[in-house]
Amino acid sequence: MKLYEYLAKGRLKAHGIPVPPGVLCRTPDEVAKALEEICPAAVKAQVLVGGRGRAGGIKFAQDPEEGRKVASEILGMNLKGYTVEQVYVEGKIDVEREFYVSVTVDRNARKPLVMASSHGGVEIEDVEDKYIVRRHVDEAFGMQGYLARDIAAEMGLEGDVAKQVAVILQKLYEVFRTEDAELVEINPLVVSGGKVIAADARLNIDDAALFRHKDLPSVAEGTELELKVKEIGLAFVQLDGDIAVMANGAGMAMATLDALQHFGGKPANFLDAGGGASVEPTAQAMGVLVSMQPKAIFVNIFGGITRCDDVANAIVQVKNTQGIPVPLVVRLVGTNEQQGVEILRREGIEAFREMSEAARKAVELAGEVR
Amino acid sequence: MAIIIDQDTRVVVQGMTGNQGSFHTGQMVKYGTNVVAGTSPTKAGQDHEGIPVFASVREAVLERGANASIVFVPAAFAKDAAFEAIDAGCKVVVMIPEHIPVQDSILIVEYARFRGAKVVGPNTYGLISPGKAKMGIMPNHIYAPGPVGLVARSGTLSYEIAAALTDAGLGQSTAIGMGGDPVVGQVFNDVLHQFEKDPETKACVLVGEIGGSAEEEAAEFIKTMSKPVVAYLAGRAAPPGKRMGHAGAIIERGRGTLESKRKALEAAGVTVVEMPWEVAPAVKKLLG
Repeated sequence: MKLYEYLAKGRLKAHGIPVPPGVLCRTPDEVAKALEEICPAAVKAQVLVGGRGRAGGIKFAQDPEEGRKVASEILGMNLKGYTVEQVYVEGKIDVEREFYVSVTVDRNARKPLVMASSHGGVEIEDVEDKYIVRRHVDEAFGMQGYLARDIAAEMGLEGDVAKQVAVILQKLYEVFRTEDAELVEINPLVVSGGKVIAADARLNIDDAALFRHKDLPSVAEGTELELKVKEIGLAFVQLDGDIAVMANGAGMAMATLDALQHFGGKPANFLDAGGGASVEPTAQAMGVLVSMQPKAIFVNIFGGITRCDDVANAIVQVKNTQGIPVPLVVRLVGTNEQQGVEILRREGIEAFREMSEAARKAVELAGEVR
Repeated sequence: MAIIIDQDTRVVVQGMTGNQGSFHTGQMVKYGTNVVAGTSPTKAGQDHEGIPVFASVREAVLERGANASIVFVPAAFAKDAAFEAIDAGCKVVVMIPEHIPVQDSILIVEYARFRGAKVVGPNTYGLISPGKAKMGIMPNHIYAPGPVGLVARSGTLSYEIAAALTDAGLGQSTAIGMGGDPVVGQVFNDVLHQFEKDPETKACVLVGEIGGSAEEEAAEFIKTMSKPVVAYLAGRAAPPGKRMGHAGAIIERGRGTLESKRKALEAAGVTVVEMPWEVAPAVKKLLG
């Protein structure tokens, strides 16, 4: 789960990392009021997309009236598909230098990875490798002081600034650990009047660890349909094609999309009905596909733990209640295959054995409709 | 021969009396796996399907000589369960649960390294050495003993490919699920090292997917391997920034793309096929 900037900064502050003063506002009036305390200020759209500044989502104000004016411009605007409902009013800081620091998970090393650079303020992907310091941390033992000092020195920092950055690095690692972060990033970490301050922050929390962080407000990310299917408890991603897809297992679902694309089709979604789903969740998943009004529906099942008769029954259930008004292609093999195929045959649906033939047929049928 | 488990492996099932644990214990026993004990916080002292249930893995090791554990407990308790198994002396720990916090997984993997244990998963379907033993949730009937070492990130996709191999007369030495999480114990690289040393394995199949760079890392080792490798990679049609079911299947900030994996594997001499149904014919061709 990605946190909004104001939430991320709140967590950094709670761990003792200096951040500019700021207030979250929902109306132009609130912004004007905030500017009586914090002035001059940046008024920043709280949305989960990068490049807010260039898209007009960050504006500056010198007094409360100007704050009201820019807030009314930003609030309600559409920023890369997201409507801005909240702005963060933050004290403007004079920037002398910009650094980059982050802690993330190195999947190959299977250890936390600290990255730092004296060339901050741009996406880290755009920074030349020789300017990036990378050091692993043994999670069981944590980040020791020497490591933080080493990193600051390798960044080319000296004196008091190096000391402040080293302290921030240790605190940043603490944020990573205690908040179950997948990524915590300060970019830029700025020097302003000799003080090192986190000017912008990203904090992504591991979804699997949210049960340990019940105090965090939930930040929903995704399209309306994605959020609806998430409620059912299935993995679903909306795509821009016209063939709705269901498969069992994440890998199978990905391979199914690839197969449709291979034959010139365009998948409308990714849907993993689960490695061992029974009738009810499978029927719910089918229901979602029908509601998307695709050109065709492709169900691709390799029954391992999933039973083919369960899948067939789910399809029949949806056909007889909601109705399936578009061409349906079912590929069904594995556990209880014969029963499944027979159940479908009684309803006039011929199941395929080969994934390749079924995928080709689905693309063909969607094309005819087109 | 096979890798990691065989008929002599003495298995303890952690969380044996739960829904999943109970069903899959039955399936493992049916397959001929030597399941010697189970654990349960509430049913210690009882028998479950003729297998003694203990309160701790330590007891299962002391009383029944268990040396490998398969974990079916809920994700929130999985770290504790893994540490318990490793501390009790299990050298193989198979982690079935999905949605284990990634920092728990990092600690599990660190502790396993420290104690010289192998962790398979989390979020894995387990592993099977056909005709010998299985520790996992895969269907029993799709495998056959033979010369192909199969390692995959995904369960069902791996079943699809295992079944096609078996249908083509290509049995498997061991089929193992690396797991769909970002941080897992046995990565492609670890597994391929073991297949390279296993005399029964004559060719390897790697089933990868978008996200991370375990495939690129494996490619470095494959360059030095004597055995041929066929790979299929899933996720060609996946958009960047979206998690495709598996927590680890995501293209983030330009990293983890299918193209990067394909290039690295091909440069290492791997036969990378476009579609899952092309795997078995490619292996057949390589084995002659």
